[in-house]
Parts: sequence; structure tokens; C-alpha cells
Amino acid sequence: MAETVVHVDHQDASVEATHLRHHFASAQQQMDASTLGMWTFLVTEVLFFGGMFAGYAVYRAMYPAAFASTSRFMNIVLGGTNTAVLICSSLTMALAVRAAQLSKRKALIVLLIVTMIFGLVFLYIKWVEWHAHWEEHMVPGFDFQYPVPQFAHTAQILFFLYFMMTGMHALHMIVGVGLLTYLLVQATRRVFNENYFAPVEMIGLYWHFVDIVWIFLFPLLYLIGQQHS
Amino acid sequence: MATLAHGTPEVIAEEVNYLNVEHGWKSWLFTTDHKRIAILYLISITLMFIVGGTFAVMMRINLLSPEGNYFSATTYNRLFSMHGIIMVFFFLVPSIPATLANFLIPIMIGAKDLAFPRVNLLSWYLYVIGAFVTMYCVFVGGVDTGWTFYAPYSSTYSNSYVLPAVAGVFVAGFSSILTGLNFIVTVHKMRAPGMTWGRLPLFVWSNYATALLQVLGTPVLAISLTLIAFERIAHVGIFDPNIGGDPILFQHLFWFYSHPAVYIMILPGMGVISEIVACFSRKRVFGYNFVAFSSMAIAVLSFLVWGHHMFVTGESVYVSVAFSLLSFVVAVPSAIKVFNWTATMYKGSVSFDTPMLYAFGFIGLFTIGGLTGLFLATLAIDVPTHGTYFVVAHFHYVMVGGMVMAFMGGLHFWWPKMTGRLYSQIWSQLSAVIIFIGFNLTFFPQFILGYMGMPRRYHAYPPEFQMLNVMSSAGASILAIGYIIPLIYFLWSLKYGPKAGNNPWRATGLEWQIASPPTTYNFDETPIVTEEAYNYGPLEEAIG
Amino acid sequence: MPANQHLFATLQLFPPTASSIAHQVDQLYFFLIAVSGVTTILIFAAIILFAFKYHRSRNPRATQIEGSTKLELTWSFVPLLIMLVMFWWGTRLFFTNAEPPRNAMEIFVTGKQWMWKIQYPDGGREIDELHVAVGQPVKLTMASEDVIHSFSIPAFRIKHDVVPGHYDTVWFTPTKAGHYHLFCTEYCGNQHASMGGWVDVLDRQDYVKWQSGGGGTTQGTLAEQGQTQFEQLGCSQCHLLDQQGRCPNLRGLYNKPVLLADGRTVIADDAYIRESILDPNAKIVDNFQPNIMPVFKGQVTEEGIVELIAFIKSLSPDVPASQQGSQQNPIVIAPRAEGAPSTSNSNSLNAPGKARRQ
Repeated sequence: MAETVVHVDHQDASVEATHLRHHFASAQQQMDASTLGMWTFLVTEVLFFGGMFAGYAVYRAMYPAAFASTSRFMNIVLGGTNTAVLICSSLTMALAVRAAQLSKRKALIVLLIVTMIFGLVFLYIKWVEWHAHWEEHMVPGFDFQYPVPQFAHTAQILFFLYFMMTGMHALHMIVGVGLLTYLLVQATRRVFNENYFAPVEMIGLYWHFVDIVWIFLFPLLYLIGQQHS
Repeated sequence: MATLAHGTPEVIAEEVNYLNVEHGWKSWLFTTDHKRIAILYLISITLMFIVGGTFAVMMRINLLSPEGNYFSATTYNRLFSMHGIIMVFFFLVPSIPATLANFLIPIMIGAKDLAFPRVNLLSWYLYVIGAFVTMYCVFVGGVDTGWTFYAPYSSTYSNSYVLPAVAGVFVAGFSSILTGLNFIVTVHKMRAPGMTWGRLPLFVWSNYATALLQVLGTPVLAISLTLIAFERIAHVGIFDPNIGGDPILFQHLFWFYSHPAVYIMILPGMGVISEIVACFSRKRVFGYNFVAFSSMAIAVLSFLVWGHHMFVTGESVYVSVAFSLLSFVVAVPSAIKVFNWTATMYKGSVSFDTPMLYAFGFIGLFTIGGLTGLFLATLAIDVPTHGTYFVVAHFHYVMVGGMVMAFMGGLHFWWPKMTGRLYSQIWSQLSAVIIFIGFNLTFFPQFILGYMGMPRRYHAYPPEFQMLNVMSSAGASILAIGYIIPLIYFLWSLKYGPKAGNNPWRATGLEWQIASPPTTYNFDETPIVTEEAYNYGPLEEAIG
Repeated sequence: MPANQHLFATLQLFPPTASSIAHQVDQLYFFLIAVSGVTTILIFAAIILFAFKYHRSRNPRATQIEGSTKLELTWSFVPLLIMLVMFWWGTRLFFTNAEPPRNAMEIFVTGKQWMWKIQYPDGGREIDELHVAVGQPVKLTMASEDVIHSFSIPAFRIKHDVVPGHYDTVWFTPTKAGHYHLFCTEYCGNQHASMGGWVDVLDRQDYVKWQSGGGGTTQGTLAEQGQTQFEQLGCSQCHLLDQQGRCPNLRGLYNKPVLLADGRTVIADDAYIRESILDPNAKIVDNFQPNIMPVFKGQVTEEGIVELIAFIKSLSPDVPASQQGSQQNPIVIAPRAEGAPSTSNSNSLNAPGKARRQ
């Protein structure tokens, strides 16, 4: 194909360093596009989780007593620990982005690993909680038996929403850990530096978003209604 | 064809274009060129249109007689459901955005590609996967819930293949989201120097508004379908009234997406009509600002009217009043567009090339379709017409009389650009007329049937409805012919059509400044834009 | 396919107009058709006119016109105003049609795949067929046993979805004797298209004849059937009607406010009674305990619930006779001239008493 374009020439060293793709006029344009793209994607995620939050709001309004009953079975200690874990992971993620921006490769690698560890701790604690619910027959569809008979039916719906929302969140966490693994591999290959750190920043945005979803989930599912028990 | 060395003069470069630059299935299936992806989409959605259209023909055959026993009730119920699912999710939603807009938006704004070419390819892969899953559903027996999947029928009672159907639509939904995301970033960040928002072709404005709807609305559909899937698998009861679930919650979640979805389906078509009317009146579109902002107004308002699908479900009368009022308000920007297109022709220089014939058809039929929407927005009239053929006629007028005609018009307008070939004028004009006649004969009787009370989704009906049903089925056969003819002459043109040249219609717009077909990177040099859109005045002066 | 003559003989283009609101709905419909027709003709005419008057052969050079804000505002606001008229008219009519008249006869409809089961207050039952009298307002209280259905009588211009889990109501007053379609208009499964039937509107005398002549089977009035259910299901063991037992007294309960244990006050209407039978723990009356009343879900059908409700209604002295269901003829209102005030009274107008129908 005839490549008589003036702006971008693939032999340019700076192009290599910035991983500039052919259809962008400049590294800045590429960065701007990536940023807007990730923010737009996060907006779609807000709407996705929003649908579930809407369902939760509707059923909570319809069955306040049942809701108060089910909230007794949420483990605030584990949930609170997870909240702290995620907040810390967001801190280390933000620091990782900064390390990439400053070409601090070793710091970047360490911080990515710490963030991943936090993520895995979160997932482990989630598994512990879910396993406890499973043992207590509180997983809808799998021999669900609710100890308070008058709320048995509606509790099933509310527990389903709990599992669906935390499950979707956990799924996003797993994807996040996978993305961090990719970043880690790339970081060890010296891909990121002050000229090119977009993937770190974008995945950082994603990680913060997943954290924020949890910040909403925790009070709504664990904290509200506890005082009624 | 000799491969080109760097720096070869443009004269030979015109012969190498995005179609012939590489050969082989890998160069197509792994392409990141937005133009090739657009062609891949074009083939895919045409195939799905044929499947969905075949189901429609089978339905209309069954409706020739009141007993409706040409096919069994079970088969008919699955036919109408699969027809709806395929046409809505696998034809109308992707049609113009994934084909024409995919091809044209980068070129129209002076860019080399979309912002995220690999995401574009991923969109197509997701579409194909969704289509395969849905076709699997068709082959194992189909789903019979209607494209609306209402609970608790779909979640608990249906014996059909609900899970593959919702899975297929779910995957296709993500295809749509990614396309929308790509367009939003592209339009914001990749415009060439001088291409301000106020100079964008209206086609870009329409598809930008569509992209906003795709990105904001589709995730809610994804959740609605996921909940149905869980309900079917695990019987958790979220929509089961026997244990406190609420079937109406599903309807709210579903229509929150599906109403904006209908605007996803029509806005791109409106963008096409703006382009066509301007070119074939040799005039800038009347009231550019109003047309551009009406697209944005439609996008915003479309999220506020979903309850008009639920007036008779028992929702609060006050909520119904609010939705009714907003439904009237959302009609205003659409009306503005119709008036502006008509005004564009005033003192223009009008020709009857095939794209313009489709534009005429669109404006007329969309007007009727949109007006009948007002009937449905009127509370006291929605009561007798909800769930009847009146609704069916209304949405076919806007979707088929509107959107499909716009798609055909756009295809005919940009075919020379995309393929470098011209098609038969006489056959294309003839099929446009056949489609118009066949369409009206098919769907106008359905308004009458609807007010008489004939419910939709019926395989059989009382005998006094037969005459109008026979008329409708006759129309459908004519319509089918009208759609088959273009398949033939378009394919024929690829091999035997005369070469089109850069600008056979002498239209304005960046896409007409480059070769037909374009090269892989569209522009040899990034264009600098100095003129407003639709600069037909100076163009006409120059041509003389 | 039948012969052409037969086809044309059965051709209809407009539904019958057979209820008190049908004519008003049609008036609004014709207004919308007129506005749409005029608009469509104007647009079509403008396009055709411009297409030919400014055809390239006649007008080779276009005149570039940017736009006109004044014109834009005009053709935004004028349609908006016309639409507001449509909105206002439609909303007013909708509100008028939302509330049934106080003396409406209550008929119960249960939809299930794929039939409509009708229960009359006097105990009669029908399937897929509804008999009503000219001039007699009827309120349908509808329930679904399975999926969402929708009850529609085109000739009366009425329709309402029947959603499982609660009651839906719709009302009408027939104005013309005849035989009219009723349809299910929400897809509900395989035989959705067969889930229809007939509404027979009879003149007063014919209606009385039908009632006494055995239209539908019966074992006593609806309330009497409910009493039988009440005893068979064991309700009478706790809900002692003569004294306060472990359970709230049902005498005089119907449509009265009830204070619940959680502090809310609700009205003991049909929906409340239905819920109390199917899910007693959903609302516990103040000073009573949860988990005492058995859950009757699965043990009583929607029709059984309708009977029980009728019985409980009969325990309230001030419920109008038209809703109680008695062996007397139901209240029949003389057909009302357009615009004339209603001439209802709560006493039977016709011959007192009649033989019990089988």
C-alpha cells in the first residue's frame, strides 16, 4: 500500500517507544482516545451494575422486614476486612500507575504484585463467606433453607440478589487480577516507561471502578438493616 | 497486480484499494481495517436478514387462513419469536452502525480508522458468536417467548429453548456496546484538523447519538437477560409471584433498554436520509443545527419513555400520565427532522436517483409510522390497541418503512464508494417502487385489523379478519420480491458493473474526495477541513 | 380458501361500538386519524410538489438556504401544541375510564393457560363466555393462575393485563345487545390464540331469562360457596366468627382499615385478603403472632380465593348488595341516554327471587 503519509513513520524511534498505532496522529491522541475509551467502558459497567442495584432497591422496598432478617446473616467482619483490603489495593494500584509514569520499573513490579495479592485476598475472603453460606443452606437453588420460616420465600430472592451482585463483582475482580498479570508480564519485559504507560493507567481505572462498586455493595448489603436485628 | 514500493505516484495507487490489497481468508478474518470489517458485517447481517425474512414469509403464509394450521401453533409461536429476535438484535440494531457507519465515519471525519480497530474486529466476532448461538437455538427448535421474553412465561413456563436465545442476544449486545464505544471515542478524538463538531456530516451526528444509546442502554438488557437465565437455571424466584417475585420488574428492566433500542435502530437511518436528501437536492440540509441537536434530544428523551409499553399492566395511572406526556415530547425532534428534510428540497435541484427514491419512501412512511406512535402514546387509545396488530403495524412502519428503506438508500448511495462499481439504475429504481408498494399493502391493513381488535402473536384468528390478512400476506410476497432483486443486481455489479470513479453523485463530504474503493488508510495525507458540511453552493458553481 | 363472495361477506373494517365509553374512545381515535391524515397528506404533497417543481430538469441550480429559526420554532411548537391536545384528551378519558361506578356488578375472572374462568356473584360459572346485561355496569376482578395474560373486549374498547400475584380490575357498561369477541392479548404460550371467547350482552329481559334458565353451573351463591370452603379448609377453627379467637375477627372486616404489627395501616380489600390466605406472614395484624396461620398457597385455587373473599364480604353489613351476590336478580340499570345522569338505586327492579339455577 502507498504509505506517503507525512506524520507518522514507523522507523521513528519515538514511535517505537510510544507504541504509536498507525491510525493515530500522535501519542497524545492515542492516550486521549484510550482514556476516553476506558471511561466510556466504565460507564457501561455502571449501567450494568445499575440494573442489579435497581432490582435490589425494588425488592428491599417491597420487603423491608425480610431484608432486615437476611442482613443478620451477612458477616460484617469479613465484609469490612474486604473493604479495607480493596481500598489498600486501590492505593497500591494508584502508586503503580505513578511508578510507571516515572519509569520506576522495580517499584511498578512490586506494586503490581502487592495489588494482585490484595485482590487474591479479597477473593479468598469472598470464598470463605460464600462457603459459609453454602454450609448454612443459604444459596438459592442449592437446597435453600432459611431459618426464619415467615421470610423463607422472599429471603430466597434477596439472597439471590446478594449472590448475583457480589458474584458479578467477584467476576470483575478475577478479570482484574488477570489484567494485572498481563501488566506484570509486560512490566518485566520493560515495556512501560514515562513515554508509554497507558495500559497501566487504563487498567488502574478499571481496578478503581471495581473497588468503587464494592464501596457501594458493602453498606447496601452488609451495613444497612443490621441495627434492626 | 504489482506490489507497490514506497513513494510510488498516486496514479497507480488508485488501483490498489482496501479490497484487493491482500487476499486470502486470513486477511479478512484477522483484518483491523474498518472498511473490511464493515463488509464482513454486511455479509453477516444480510444472511440474518434472509433468515428473519424467511420466517416472516412463513408467518404470513400461515395467516392466509383463519384456522392458521399450515404450521402448528408451536411452530408459529417460535417463528414469530425468532423473527423478532433476529430482526431486532441481529439486523436492525447493527445494520447501519456496523456496516455503513463503520465504513464511513472515519473517512467522513478525516481519520485513518476507528479509535480501536481491534475492538472493532472483536465486535464482529461477538456478533458472529451471538448469531451462531441464536441459530443453534433455531435449529434445535427455537424459542417461543417473543423477542420480549416476558416473565414468568419465559422464566418458568416456556418449554422452548430460552437459554440459548438469551445467550445469543446477550453476546450480540456486547458487540453493540463495543461498536458504540468505538464510535464515541472516534468522533471525540480522531477528527481531522478543521473538522469541528459544527462541520460534521449529520450522518456522524446521528451515529454518535446512537452510540450513546448503545453504550448506556444495552448493559441493562444484559442484566435483564441474565436474570431470566438464572431464573430458568436455578428457579431463584426473582420474577416468580408465588414466592414474592415481581414479573413487572422484568418489564421495567427490559423496556429501559428496549425503548432506547428502537431509537438505536432509527437514528442511523435518519442520518442516512440527511446525506441523501442533501446530495440529491444539491443543497445543504435545511436547519443543520436543529437536525443535529434533534438527534441528541431524541437520545436523551428516549430514556424517559419506557413505561409507555406498560400502560395496561397496572402501573400507577400517574406514572402512565408522565410516560404519555414524555412520549409526545420525544416525537417533536423526529417531526423536526421530517420538516427539515422536506424543506431541504424546497428550491433545490431534485433528481430521482435510486437513493433519493428510498429517501422519499422513508420520509413518507416514517411520518405515518411516527404519527401512529402518537396513537399509542395517547393513554385512552393505547388501551384498545395495545397488544394488537395496530402496534405491529406501527413498528413495522418505522422499522421497515423507515429504517430498512434508509438502509437500502444508504447502501445504494455508498455502494459505488465501497465497491467502486455502479449498479443498474432501472432495476434499482424499480425495486424501490416494488418495495414501497409491497410494504404498504403488507402493513396498512394491519392498522385496521388492530383497531378491530386482532391480537398480535396469534397463529389463528376469527374469520372476519381474513380479508385484511390475505391482503397483508399478498403484500408480503411483493415485498419479498422487492428485497430479492437488489441482491441480484448488487452481486452482478461487483463483476460487471461499470467503474464508479471517486464521486459519481458529485456529492460533498470527505468520503467522496478519495478513491472508490478507498485505500486501506483512506487518506494519503490527513485532510485539513476548511468548509462547512454540504457545501453544495460552491460545488455547483465549480461544476457550472 | 373460501370463495371470494364469502370473504367479502365477512369483511369488517371497524369494531362494534357496544359500551358506554366506546363512542368517546372512537371520537378521540377519529381526531387522531384526522390530524395524522392531514399531516401525512401535507408532507406527501410537499414532497411531491417540490420533487416535481424543483426537479433538476426544471431547476438546474439549487438555491442554498441555511435555515430559518422562526420556521423551526413554529413547526416545533405547533405540533407540540396539537400533541398536548391529544395528550390531554387521552389522559382525561383514561382517568374517566379508570374508576368503576359504585354500583358495578362484580364478576371474577381467572385466567389460566389457556382459558378464562368466569365466576358470577350469584354462584354461576362459565368458561370463555361472559353474559352481561345492557346498561349494567360490570367490574371485572381478574387473577392469573400462571403467566401474564391480558383480557380484552374490543367492542367495549377495554383491555387490562392479568398479572399473576395480584388482582387486576377493569370495568365496562355494555350499551348494545350482541355477541362480541373477547381475546387474550398477551402472549401466554402455545394456545394463546385460542384463549378467547364471547361476551353475550343481553337486553334486561333476556338476561333475566338466561339467569333463571341455567346459564352456567352453580352450587349456591359465590358467598355460599365461600362459606363451604371456609369450613372445609379449617378456617373456621381459628377465625371464630362469633368471638375473637387466636385470629383476627373477620366480621365487618372487609374494606376497613387494619393496623399491622409493624405500624402500617392497610385496607382489608380483595388483594389484602388474597395475600393473607396465600402468604399469611406478609402482613401480621397488631397484637397477633406470626407463624400461626398455615400457608394456603397450593391448597386453594384463585377461584377458591374468590369464593372466600365473597364470603368474607358477606360478613360485612354495609357492602352493597350488588357486590354481595344474592339469589335476587342483580342490579340492572335502565340504559342511560347519552349525557343523562345515572338513575341507579340499590333495589332490584325486576321480579323478586327466582328458582335456583343448576
